[in-house]
Amino acid sequence: MITLRDVNKTYYTEATSLHVLKGIDLHIEQGDYVSIMGASGSGKSTLLNILGILDNYDTGDYYLNNKLIKDLSETQAAAYRNEMIGFVFQSFNLINFKNAMENVALPLYYKNISRKKRNAIALEYLDRMGLKDWAYHLPNEMSGGQKQRVAIARAIISQPKILLADEPTGALDSQTTEEVMQLLGELNQTGITTIIVTHEKAVADETRKVIHIKDGLIQNIQHN
Amino acid sequence: MFDLDRWQEIWYTIKHNKSRSVMTAFGVFWGMFMLVCMVGAGSALKNGMESTIDGFATNSCFVYDQQTTEPYKGFKKGRNWSIQNEDIPLLQQGVPEIQYLAPVLFGGQGANNVVRKDKSGTFNIKGNYPSYNKIEENKLIYGRYINDIDIAEKRKTCVIGERVSEVLFGKNVNPVGQNVKVMGIYFQVIGVARSISQVNLGGRGEESVVLPFTTMQQAFNMGNKVHFIAATAIPGVRVKVIEEKINQILKKQHNIAPTDKAAIGGFNIEEQFTMFLYLGIGIAVLIWIVGAGTLFAGGIGVSNIMLVTVRERTKEIGIRRALGATPRTIIRQIISESIVLTLIAGIAGLMLGVGLLSLVGMVLSQSDSFFQEPQISFAVAIVSLVILLVIGILAGLVPANRAMTIKPIEAIREE
Repeated sequence: MITLRDVNKTYYTEATSLHVLKGIDLHIEQGDYVSIMGASGSGKSTLLNILGILDNYDTGDYYLNNKLIKDLSETQAAAYRNEMIGFVFQSFNLINFKNAMENVALPLYYKNISRKKRNAIALEYLDRMGLKDWAYHLPNEMSGGQKQRVAIARAIISQPKILLADEPTGALDSQTTEEVMQLLGELNQTGITTIIVTHEKAVADETRKVIHIKDGLIQNIQHN
Repeated sequence: MFDLDRWQEIWYTIKHNKSRSVMTAFGVFWGMFMLVCMVGAGSALKNGMESTIDGFATNSCFVYDQQTTEPYKGFKKGRNWSIQNEDIPLLQQGVPEIQYLAPVLFGGQGANNVVRKDKSGTFNIKGNYPSYNKIEENKLIYGRYINDIDIAEKRKTCVIGERVSEVLFGKNVNPVGQNVKVMGIYFQVIGVARSISQVNLGGRGEESVVLPFTTMQQAFNMGNKVHFIAATAIPGVRVKVIEEKINQILKKQHNIAPTDKAAIGGFNIEEQFTMFLYLGIGIAVLIWIVGAGTLFAGGIGVSNIMLVTVRERTKEIGIRRALGATPRTIIRQIISESIVLTLIAGIAGLMLGVGLLSLVGMVLSQSDSFFQEPQISFAVAIVSLVILLVIGILAGLVPANRAMTIKPIEAIREE
């Protein structure tokens, strides 16, 4: 599903350069449930961004679903993101003037699905998240856990191959963390390759593989 | 190409960010409103000017005698002279460029110079030829104007102004055939006139009594004097030309020094009218410059606020990009929002402006004002809308480009 070969990434500023990823080799199978752990500055977010085609890399190869993801135009990148990848973020990143249903439906808008149809599908997904009653509420009327469930619904509505979650529980209390992790686990059971960046051991422990990153290199891969 | 869903999305974004949208739109709204008001006011001024001059031959000049200021051929300066009947055929023969030539007499000052039975009034008395009606046109409410037979037979007939008729006969009464006493002599009313132009020679037309030129000259012992000569030039000839030729002939005829500039008085309506015309054009140009400037400033305002907005919406745009929006979709959205905002604001400004103009027009039509019918033409409205559309696109372009440069990763990066 995902294959990285000697991926390097350096950030340049005017005076200095920062070699963030120093040759990452990684293989993730379809349906895997993986977490990435590491201290801040270790390069784990950069790795996730490259996996999510949100950022490009300097050297190496990245194959996603047997397609080489390299030097893509913005339009192509957008199309791949829309088709293959669902994102979940720490701060939810919901659009605050759209209600829950419209937020969930947004990826389908970019797939040119009619408003009526995409809203109906969005309601279905919200129902699966147990948020049907909150469909017409704005994000700021919802709790953190609810917002993250809306974000998860949005991430999976276009039926992506992989789900990338960047600290999905970072802004949640332990109770809701538990709920969200259970949800992510259930989603993984349906066959979505799930990759979670986290620094919470409890969260990492729920995944099947934990990839430890330090100083831009994979230190070890721990199998739970 | 029309995609209802896309427009719904754009409308939704505009609607759910009300204060932002309103602020963005206000500049354009105001610009458009001002433009419409100014263009309307300009056209009102133009209409007013045109209706003032309407019915008055703009290719005309007027010549009258004054004291000489130079000694010539043994005559000392300061001599009084007068235009005389004999000059008229000489002028007609000597200046072929004259279209209409009309000698004019003024007379009869004094209180209550026009009397009918127990009613009387003080009015302007003029002696005219039929051709004068070609220069300062009158609308005949009743009867006819003075004709050639009146002149030839020196008939005691008169055309009275509308106001004169009201005073002497009452409103809505046809006085044709009745007699009035003008400065002690009875004249038969043959017509009631209303002057079309607001430019009247020798007093307002409504308050004037016009007698046949020849009758007036004889009845009131005026000899062969002519007070005034009115003349128009044939099409294609500048009035200045006939004015100079008339002066030349008169000077020669009356032994006036060719260099004497003040002996013959006169004015040239064409020159005045041309000045009016240039004034009107000047005002119109000024209005468009200022109006377009205001619109342009409004457009800059839109662009500016859209720029701020794009900055403010960095995160939203980043999210949209992460969810699969292509740069083109984003650009299209920003430009579309800009166009929709400018158009709505512009049309609102246009409608309010037009509404205000018609309201002012209604008020003005009740009064006798120099401003008349303030309005803008359909073409002007269409042109301004097209300008608006262009402004909308241009205003959206800069912020859209800015939005393009936002990488999704930068936009959604955690604080």
